[in-house]
Amino acid sequence: MKKVISLLLAVVMLVATLGLFTACSSDQQVSADFKIGFIFLHDENSTYDKNFLEAAEAATAELGLKPEQVIFKTNIPEGNECYEAAADLADQGCNIVFANSFGHEPYMLKAAKEFPEVEFCHATGTMAHTENVPNFHNAFASIYEGRYLAGIAAGMKLNEMIESGKITADQAKMGYVGAYTYAEVVSGYTSFYLGAKSVCPSVTMEVQFTGSWYDEALEKEAATKLLSNNCVLISQHADSMGAPTACENAGVPNVSYNGSTQSACPNTFIISSRIDWAPYYKYIINQNLKGEAIAADWCEGFEVGSVKLTDINENVAAKGTKEAIEDAKAKLIAGEIHVFDTATFTVEGKKLDSYMADVDTDANYEKDTEVIADGYFHESEYRSAPYFDLQIDGITLLNSKF
Amino acid sequence: MKKLKNLYWSVLSGSAAHIIKRDDIVWWKAWGIRIISVLLALIVCGFVTVSLTDLNPIEMYITMAQGAMGTPRLVWNLFQNTAILLGVALAVTPAFKMKFWNIGAEGQILIGGLATATCMIFLGEKIPAPLLIPVMLVVSIISGALWAFVPAYFKTRFNSNETLFTLMMNYVAIQIVAYFTLEWSMPKGSGTPRTLEFGQLPVLFGQKYLINILIVVVLTVLVYIYLKYSKQGYEISVVGESEKTARYIGINVKKVVLRTMAISGALCGIVGFLLVAGTDHSLKSDTAGGRGFTAIMVSWLAKFNPIFMVLTSLLIVFLESGASKISEVYRLNSSFSDIITGIIIFFIIGCEFFINYKIKFNKKEEIVC
Repeated sequence: MKKVISLLLAVVMLVATLGLFTACSSDQQVSADFKIGFIFLHDENSTYDKNFLEAAEAATAELGLKPEQVIFKTNIPEGNECYEAAADLADQGCNIVFANSFGHEPYMLKAAKEFPEVEFCHATGTMAHTENVPNFHNAFASIYEGRYLAGIAAGMKLNEMIESGKITADQAKMGYVGAYTYAEVVSGYTSFYLGAKSVCPSVTMEVQFTGSWYDEALEKEAATKLLSNNCVLISQHADSMGAPTACENAGVPNVSYNGSTQSACPNTFIISSRIDWAPYYKYIINQNLKGEAIAADWCEGFEVGSVKLTDINENVAAKGTKEAIEDAKAKLIAGEIHVFDTATFTVEGKKLDSYMADVDTDANYEKDTEVIADGYFHESEYRSAPYFDLQIDGITLLNSKF
Repeated sequence: MKKLKNLYWSVLSGSAAHIIKRDDIVWWKAWGIRIISVLLALIVCGFVTVSLTDLNPIEMYITMAQGAMGTPRLVWNLFQNTAILLGVALAVTPAFKMKFWNIGAEGQILIGGLATATCMIFLGEKIPAPLLIPVMLVVSIISGALWAFVPAYFKTRFNSNETLFTLMMNYVAIQIVAYFTLEWSMPKGSGTPRTLEFGQLPVLFGQKYLINILIVVVLTVLVYIYLKYSKQGYEISVVGESEKTARYIGINVKKVVLRTMAISGALCGIVGFLLVAGTDHSLKSDTAGGRGFTAIMVSWLAKFNPIFMVLTSLLIVFLESGASKISEVYRLNSSFSDIITGIIIFFIIGCEFFINYKIKFNKKEEIVC
């Protein structure tokens, strides 16, 4: 039985990677007793959760699900409450339960083991590819590519400042507000930096961590600190409006995340990258309706619309930003360029030929997988969640206690 | 004297009515007032609901009840959450009865939880569960007691303000736990706590929370007996009523304060143990989840009586779980359910005024005199 399941899973994953699922029937009839439940860490006040909520609403509406077939549980902490929420959704007859926060994972896994007939899908997690629980799945998107493109917009802006004499090439220093020091954040700020560096070679960056995913005051404070260190452009990977607001107050350009912050920051917002979860939602619902297995570890990018860039704020962005981004995007899709090309960065002054990453999560943080091949770091290929955790030259961490 | 006081109140509240302290109130009157206040609260909530949303208030109350106890799982959750909140309320009660304002339960729980988690991580693989669990329990009791002992010591030695001191100790505890959460997080640096595999409390009769509930039931009975029938419990009441009287009749006030706070902290330590080993199987800085503060309300509402606290903690947990069901079913922002629970709690606390005081409407001749 296990063999059959794993074979089935392998076939489905193959199909998924081939991108065939995009063609999967949108004419799939949704049966009246189908239900899907969503667990969100916060509510729409968090930019992170808002992004998930809106995608869930859009995807379920598009597939023609009625309101009573879709259950939202908001403000579910990353604790036993998550397990109880997942179990309650299963009790309510949900065929699929989805949770959106990294720390929900162990509790989702626990529920998955208890309810083998229900599919449990977890965004941003790392355990599905090693746990082998057939109804437990992880998903992410190759957001590092989106951040790379957003970084290009930042680099273009820096070039504009240099050309206009506002700053010298040496003063092209960006600031970045990050939540925690682990791979998801490291991968995010490094890809952003490399994007900027690809157009503005003299750029440097400082990173200030907050030790929290959602703390408006701390994020604002971190951004303010970066500004006082003479950073001329700020980006962030944390979920509140703290950093964008600090930028708007100081009149410093901001590259945002999770969605557009243009309405609140009209004079400083340049562009934002975000993950669109709707393609994944549609995929899991369709697979379930067809009675087919859901990939254990799903990661997609531009091709299926999982990674998106918001509209560019032309009032702030440098001229030619749109064209530069389109050009780089086409090259990324074609495989002509790679975000973590080892020719474009050094670690302690050296180019890397080999790196063992901690892909399989374990308590000893064991480095287990070789991830550099063909001249680039293979991000999100051995599992969906990012594992790029190198400290590259040009980026300074102001505090790494978090 | 009493007349003067009444006159004062009648001036204060205008001449139409005045407020008199009730000397005593028969139990059925008191409960009558409480029931009426709950009904009034429900009516007011109904008006608020109709004016702010297009929901039917009756349906909303049914949804609330379903959210709190609609399935066997939810009923167990209700009992589990009630047990934990009750446990914290039991912990703060001895200190409160002594008029020692222990606002530090949150921190004491976390320190107890930290002690438990430390044992689970470092001793987990080394000693078998039947031995490990008692060790965890003892260590968390000692840690909680020590954490609470510090402000009590400063109070008795330097007469420091215990409210501020215990409150500050919460922040210290939160930061310490946050540090270790990060240190032990998995994956490294993510801030997400690892699951503690060893030393989880056993599942009794297929019910994972039963052991937590049973422990708190035992604690409730013990605290009730301790406060009501033991010599130490009596000393606590005397110190709470009047420190001078206590000193006059030969009670060592300092000793009582230190001992009672240690007990308070020890009980919080047990709750931390239950949360980490019996419920979450992990530790992070919001493991206590604000219960250290909510428990103060539970304890006060029950007038420091452990048996009544069962009801008050049940009420608060019922409202909380019902409220989250409202936001789930009607897709409303959680602020709305917070408003509803806020109104209900306001009425319940407010009705105590009418139990302690009565309003007397002035007759004409009284105004003349």
